[in-house]
Amino acid sequence: MKSWIRQCGTYTAPVGLFLVFGLVWHLVVQWFDIPKIILPSPLSVINALWVERWILLRASWVTLQAASAGLLCSAVFGSLIAVLFSQSATMRIALYPYVIFLQTVPIVAIAPLLIIWSGYNFRTIVLVAVIISIFPVISNVTSGLLSVNENLRDLFRMQSATRWQMLTKLRIPAAVSQLILGLRISSGLSVIGAIVAEFFVGNSGEYDGLGTIMTARQAQLKTAELMAALMACTALGILLFALVNLMGATVLRRWTRTTGFESEK
Amino acid sequence: MGSLLSTENDSATQSPAAFISCSNVVLDFQTRGISQRVLNDLSLRVMSGQIVSLLGPSGCGKSTLLRVIAGLIDADSGRTEIRGQLISKTMPNATRDEISFVFQEPALLPWRTVWHNVMLPLEIRGLSKLNEKRELIEHLLQVVGFKSSDWHKLPSQLSGGMKMRASIARAMSTTPKILLLDEPFAALDDMLRSKLNDLLLAISTEQKCTMLFVTHNIAEAIYLSDEIAVMSHGRIAECLKVPLPFPRESKIRSSSEFAAYYGVVSESLSRCHS
Repeated sequence: MKSWIRQCGTYTAPVGLFLVFGLVWHLVVQWFDIPKIILPSPLSVINALWVERWILLRASWVTLQAASAGLLCSAVFGSLIAVLFSQSATMRIALYPYVIFLQTVPIVAIAPLLIIWSGYNFRTIVLVAVIISIFPVISNVTSGLLSVNENLRDLFRMQSATRWQMLTKLRIPAAVSQLILGLRISSGLSVIGAIVAEFFVGNSGEYDGLGTIMTARQAQLKTAELMAALMACTALGILLFALVNLMGATVLRRWTRTTGFESEK
Repeated sequence: MGSLLSTENDSATQSPAAFISCSNVVLDFQTRGISQRVLNDLSLRVMSGQIVSLLGPSGCGKSTLLRVIAGLIDADSGRTEIRGQLISKTMPNATRDEISFVFQEPALLPWRTVWHNVMLPLEIRGLSKLNEKRELIEHLLQVVGFKSSDWHKLPSQLSGGMKMRASIARAMSTTPKILLLDEPFAALDDMLRSKLNDLLLAISTEQKCTMLFVTHNIAEAIYLSDEIAVMSHGRIAECLKVPLPFPRESKIRSSSEFAAYYGVVSESLSRCHS
């Protein structure tokens, strides 16, 4: 019973706060007579959300595909690069600064350059999503592959295990939980990458992602619709994060009967 | 099944020469440019089939010696041999295959079931598909106390004692001639420790392998060993023969001989400490 009440509290508190925030927002717009272009009332945002639901759903689907493809590429290529790093210290020393470059590069600044190279297309969106989301995968998986328990390493050495056996039977399985943790961080980033890329690519008029919708609504000074698209972006980020989380927890539970996330509690 | 295990080790038990021999082993560790002598002109002889306990204070080099004998660390000078074969990191696989190690923690792979953890050494050696090896694993799991319903559990579903049992079974899966144990029961309670001591004695009798056992616990060292090597400052300070008869049973722990010998070992330890 007590836990039920606590659970209700967990949900009612943030929802209640959200409603209070909406009310204050509505009253501020009413009292100060703020123009719709600057700040539309929450009701008009909800209205825009309803009116544009099919456009937003279609755009979300397009952006979700790009972000998912980017995340998948990050998982695959990030893991491969991490395996390479774990096998050769020279490679690690030589390439790691460039990997950090991927993390620090201002994506907004290089997106136009990528469009010149790759064109106004889906591929460019995925490419930007990969550039922005690959670092957590490389960093986490490399650390997972390298920080294997010393006793386990000795156990393999005592059996005269080959480098390949050490990699496939010990290092890679040990790094699975780190890969999943990396993907949790990357999932949000890949959505950001896809939307930022769409700001630029969308201008061609051939692409219909959430970023495209947002630039179009901004140009039309439809602030309520712009805010509705913003809410769709947030929902999309949460959705992808939740999907990765769910998949990760399922994999880890099957893998070791623990979720691997306990330490965070 | 018992014969299946023992036949492979029969030839070893008949040899009268020292099975493990360390002569004048010296090893320094470098930490932040400062050299620290961990093994200091250490010499030790262990006969075939013996159980020898290494007893001594923390940091006296017990675990390091075990790792040198396992060929995981190379000594700076001196010789370590197993049946006349020189031990080093680059020793031939055939020599390495004769040695098994039980770590302080169970060191099981969390994503592998008990069965697959115990099978791992054989899998690495490409022997896991042989029927006789599967029979051996089944036998070992029974010996260490696993019911068949537990064979397919993951380590996260096992208690600390069961994990250690699985770890011992894994170490025995390659039918080693030498078993090196690095404080395997340090984290377990006294009841469990005593049960696992009996298990170790049973395995030693069945497989007739030579054991080198690192411990802090005097009673455990006396109960298990033929000989106790008291270590101090990187060398063997004293070697004490345990005058208690084999086979040993738990009740021997409450005998007056045991208590008297406990005093002898304890005195030796304090002598080496001072």
